[in-house]
Parts: sequence; structure tokens; C-alpha cells
Amino acid sequence: MSERQRIVSITAVLFVVVMVTAIGLVYSKHKTRKLFVELQALNKEVVSLNTEWGRLQLEQSAWSDRGRIEQIAREKLGMVIPEAEQVAFIKP
Amino acid sequence: MKTTLKTGRQIKSGKALMPWRRLTVLIAFVCFVVVLAGRALDMQVLHSAFFEQQGEARQLRNVTIPANRGDIVDRNGEPLAISTPVKSIWLNPQEFSAEAASLKKLAALLSIDPSSLKKKISTYKDREFMYLKRHVSPELASSVLRLNIEGIALQDEYRRYYPAGEVAANVIGFADIDDNGQEGIELAFDEWLKGEPGRKQVIRDRLGRAVDDIKRISPSEPGKPIRLSVDKSLQYLTYRTLKAAVLKHNAVAGSAVVLDVDSGEVLAIANQPSFNVNDRSQMRPGSTRNRAVTDVYEPGSTMKPLTVAAALESGRWRDYYKVETGPGYMQVMGNTIRDTHNYGDLDVAGVIMKSSNVGISKIALSLDAEQQWNMYHKLGIGTDTGSGFPGEATGRLSTNALNNDFERATLAFGYGVSVTSLQLARAYAAIASGGYLKPVSFLKQEHPPQGERVMSAETAASIRKMMQQAVSLKGTGKQARVANYSVAGKTGTVHKFTAGGYAEDRYLSIFTGMVPAENPKLVMVVMIDEPRNGEYYGGEVSAPVFSKVMAGAMRLLDVPPDSVEAGRLVLDTRGKNTQHPAATVSRQLNPAANGENT
Repeated sequence: MSERQRIVSITAVLFVVVMVTAIGLVYSKHKTRKLFVELQALNKEVVSLNTEWGRLQLEQSAWSDRGRIEQIAREKLGMVIPEAEQVAFIKP
Repeated sequence: MKTTLKTGRQIKSGKALMPWRRLTVLIAFVCFVVVLAGRALDMQVLHSAFFEQQGEARQLRNVTIPANRGDIVDRNGEPLAISTPVKSIWLNPQEFSAEAASLKKLAALLSIDPSSLKKKISTYKDREFMYLKRHVSPELASSVLRLNIEGIALQDEYRRYYPAGEVAANVIGFADIDDNGQEGIELAFDEWLKGEPGRKQVIRDRLGRAVDDIKRISPSEPGKPIRLSVDKSLQYLTYRTLKAAVLKHNAVAGSAVVLDVDSGEVLAIANQPSFNVNDRSQMRPGSTRNRAVTDVYEPGSTMKPLTVAAALESGRWRDYYKVETGPGYMQVMGNTIRDTHNYGDLDVAGVIMKSSNVGISKIALSLDAEQQWNMYHKLGIGTDTGSGFPGEATGRLSTNALNNDFERATLAFGYGVSVTSLQLARAYAAIASGGYLKPVSFLKQEHPPQGERVMSAETAASIRKMMQQAVSLKGTGKQARVANYSVAGKTGTVHKFTAGGYAEDRYLSIFTGMVPAENPKLVMVVMIDEPRNGEYYGGEVSAPVFSKVMAGAMRLLDVPPDSVEAGRLVLDTRGKNTQHPAATVSRQLNPAANGENT
């Protein structure tokens, strides 16, 4: 009894172990694929956000171009740099 | 098997078939099976690797993931060079096939002539790769893809934009279409800015374009950003003012450098001519040079304060010592050195103020040759500034002057020696910082460098005082004055050295100066090459540029005024609210605002 039962139980245990690892393998493969898909999606998002960021940076620097600001200040808003005689210094 | 078959047939047909027919069919089938099995063995076992590879080559493809080139920003983080993702359309001429109609549409989208497009494709028909158009917008790229032409695919790339355009073009330089640095900072720090492109495996569809990513072989490493020492606002102001002056005086070229005295940082470096860095099709070769760093010239009278530094350091001269400059010329080794006027007796300060060649020659010749030469050398004349900028010129400080008194005298007023604007600025920064020569840097410095002591603080202060007189109303550089700030500086007007010797009527107009004179924050060098509209003195052409830029710089950098002109309205609220705690605190915090000279 003991010999035969031992073999059967060892086989059963091994069978269970094999099944568990097999399912584990399938699971992890599945998870890898899922994560890879997610990674791809995130990568795409990174690229599109980077594009957007670059575009916005360029836009901002175009709007804040010193030459443009100066021109608007002078021509549209009629601003001038005060002459030295127009500046008063206030001592605290 | 054989027997059952026979029985079946016998039952079905009812009569025996001829045995050779059955045999023939059987043999035919066997041969068939053998051939199939043989071919299967050949493909699956003997040449499996080859076929697998071929299959993958058709299905899977390794593509590079482009790496983002690092941004270049100014000292306040404002962008000066940015890379943004774009698409490039490429074509495999081997796989390419398109009907006339879609070819026409393609040509229209790419705005190319259909026949020249055809010609272009046929010239590359033996290749497997050619660019149709590089760096297009994602919108255009996707509409090209929608034409569904076989053999056309996209590639991710980055395009470099330079928001400051021509204002900083000579400093930043540019990277070419493949993101390799070609000029300026882009070239100097190419390795640092450049990323490491990665690789990934993708599945291709029938048309040869990537439809899905399989795995990443290696990730792409983005390049590292660079923070320059340049201040974008100050750079713009310097560039605009220099450009206006070069135009006004119809000059050939010009350069201007603004250095931070404490840190040795380059805050602005402008050049004329410049170029449109974002559209380089019209670029002329000479216009890309950062002249302030790459071009040398004779410093002329701007050398005189450095000669005076040597004289004061020798201990043989003090600022009030007199030197006889009459009758306005002198003979050295059979050559004549001239002044424009007879200034009579001048003290050392007067020699600087009037810019007397005779006076400075006499001072120089009273020194040991080594003393004089060593001072120039210690101030970095004729040596690399260590900025690391590509194509930096070292200038030249010849040792001939050690044995030849005439050369030594001319050296004292800046002939027979060549410098770059950056070198000159660095030498003046040593006078400004109280005697420390500091390395110049195009990168933002976290800790100001200590520098190397090249003259005593007293000598430096004394020279600054003399140079303050040079920009006084009696001096040559009076147009360099800045309202409400004390200024020290020196003009220079140099005969241009040409193939036929010194040109009579071609000049360089130079001004070098520092503000505020008492405790300088900034040093600026302005050099304008060949002004051709009448005015040519450094004090007329370059000094006003200095004045305008420095007035703006003081405001931009919030430097408290140190020299509010006498008789100017000064509202003193001290009497009204002496008890106000905030007033007391800010007076303590801001000693400069108290004004030592009122």
C-alpha cells in the first residue's frame, strides 16, 4: 500500500504543481501582453503630449518674442522708455 | 488493407479491374507523398532557420526609435532650441507600385511635380529606401498614408526649432536635419545633447508599413538639456542695439559681448551679420560665425588700461604721476608715434582719458619688457578663454616686443597684438572684479569661480577711476554714459590691417566698459567693423551701443542706481515716516539705495 500510494500521491502533487505553473505561465504571458499593450498606448500618449508640449512652447515663445512685445508696447500701447529726467528716485 | 480494398471494388464494380491500373495509381500516390514529405523535411528541418528568417523579414522589422535631442534653454529656462516630433515619409522603390491617379495625388500632397517625382523614384529603383519628404506635419503624413500606396511608410523623427531665431543664431548654432550639431553650442555640446536612439520590433502589413509593436529591443535615451548662461532678454536687447548701429553706420560686421563680472558668465553675445536659423536655405557662409569668439582684431587704445595695470603693479607709477606728451609725437627706434593733439603734460589718468599714444608709450618704455608683457599674458591676451566654443581663436601676443622697443610701444596702445572680443571682455572683467581673472562660460554656473589674482584690488580700483574719467564729458567715451549709473570704459579706434598694411580710411570702432564703475556687475565689449557713414571713432560708433544696452541691462537685472545725477529730483520720505519699520528694514537691506555719493 505504502509504495503504491506514495507514488500516486507524489504524482498527484507533481500534477498539481505542473498545472499551477502552467496556469501561472499562461497568466503571466497574458499579463505581459496586456501590459505591453498598455505600454504602447502610454508611449503613444507620451509622443502626442510631447508634440503638444513642443508646440505650446513654440507658441509661447512666438507670442512672448521680445521684438513682438516691444513693437506692441511702442506702437499699439504708445509706451516709451522714460527719459532720465522723467525718473524720480525715492529713498526709503 | 489490400484485401479489403479488393473486396470492396469487387463488390462495387462487380468485375475485376486490371491490376496495372491500380498499381499505377498507388505508385503515383506514393511518389506524391514522398515528394511532399521530402519537401516538408527540407523546409521544416534542413532549412528551417532560413525560412523562419525570411518570414520574419517580411513580417517583422526592426526599426529605430528616435531619441529626443536635449533642449537648450537660457539662464531663466526660456527655450532657445526645442525638438518636436515630426514624420518623414519614405518609400521602398522595390515594393512601390501606384496607379497614375494616386501618384498624381501623392505629388500634389508633397507639392512636387508628378513627372519629377516619377523620375526621382526611378533613379533609386535599385535601392530599398529613399526619402520622399522629410519633416512633415503629422496631418500631412496621415493623408499621404490614406492614399494606400504600396511601399510608402512613415518614420518618426524630430525637428529642431530655434525660437530666438537670428537673435541668438551665432551662439546656439544649429543641428542638421539628422540632428547632428553643426555650429555653435549645438556643435560644442553635441554629445551631451544627443540622445541614444533605441530599437524596436514591429509587424508590417502587406503595404510594408508598421502596424503593431512587438517588443522593445532597446529603449531610446533622450538627450540631456543644456542651460546656457545667456539671458534671452538681454541677448535680444544687445542684438537689436548692435544691429541698429551696424545698419546706421553701414558697417561690415560687428560683435558685442556682455559678461557677468562675478561669475564670468556670458550674459549676451551678439553678432552682425546673423542668419535665419529656422530657414537656412538663404544662409551665407560668413553669417554663421560667432565673430565675438572666432574673429581676432587689434584692440588699439582699449589695450591702454591693461598697460596702465602693468605700470601700477610695477610700483613705479601712481595715477597722479605726470608724463610729458608734448609736442604730440615721439621717436622710437626711428619710428614716429603720434597723438591727434598735443596734450602737454598729462597724469596717468589723463593719458587714459585723452587716450594719448605718446603718453602710454613713455609709460610702457619705463617698465621692464617682461613686466609689461607678463601683465597682458596674465590677463589672457593671446590665450584661449577656455569657453570651449567651436572655432574659438586664441589671438596672438608675440614675444617680439620683449626685444624691440618700438614693438613694445605699439603693443602698449594695442597694435601688433590680436584679441577676440571675448578675450578683451575677460581681461576687462578682471579689472572689474578687483583683480581676479575668471574663466568665461557659456553655461550657467551654480557657484561663481574664484578665479586667479592678476593684479591688486587697489590697481583695479585705480584703473576703474581712470576709465570713469574717460567716459566723463571731457573724455573720448562720453557717449557711453548711462543715466544714474557710474560707468568706466575705454574707447578704441583702430586702423584696419589689410593686405597692403594699415588702411588709412578703414577702421574698427571699439568700446569696452563696465557698470556700475564703483562695484561693477557687467562688462561689455562692442566692436563695429568698418563703419562707412562718416563717423568712425569708437566713442561715436560703439560707445552709444554700450550706453543703450547697459541702461536696459541695469533695469532688467535690477541693479540699484549708484550715481543719481546732482540736481536731480530725489524724493526723500525719510523725514515723514522715520518710525515706519519697513523703511528701516529696507534701508538696512539695501545699502546701495542709500547712495554713498549724495
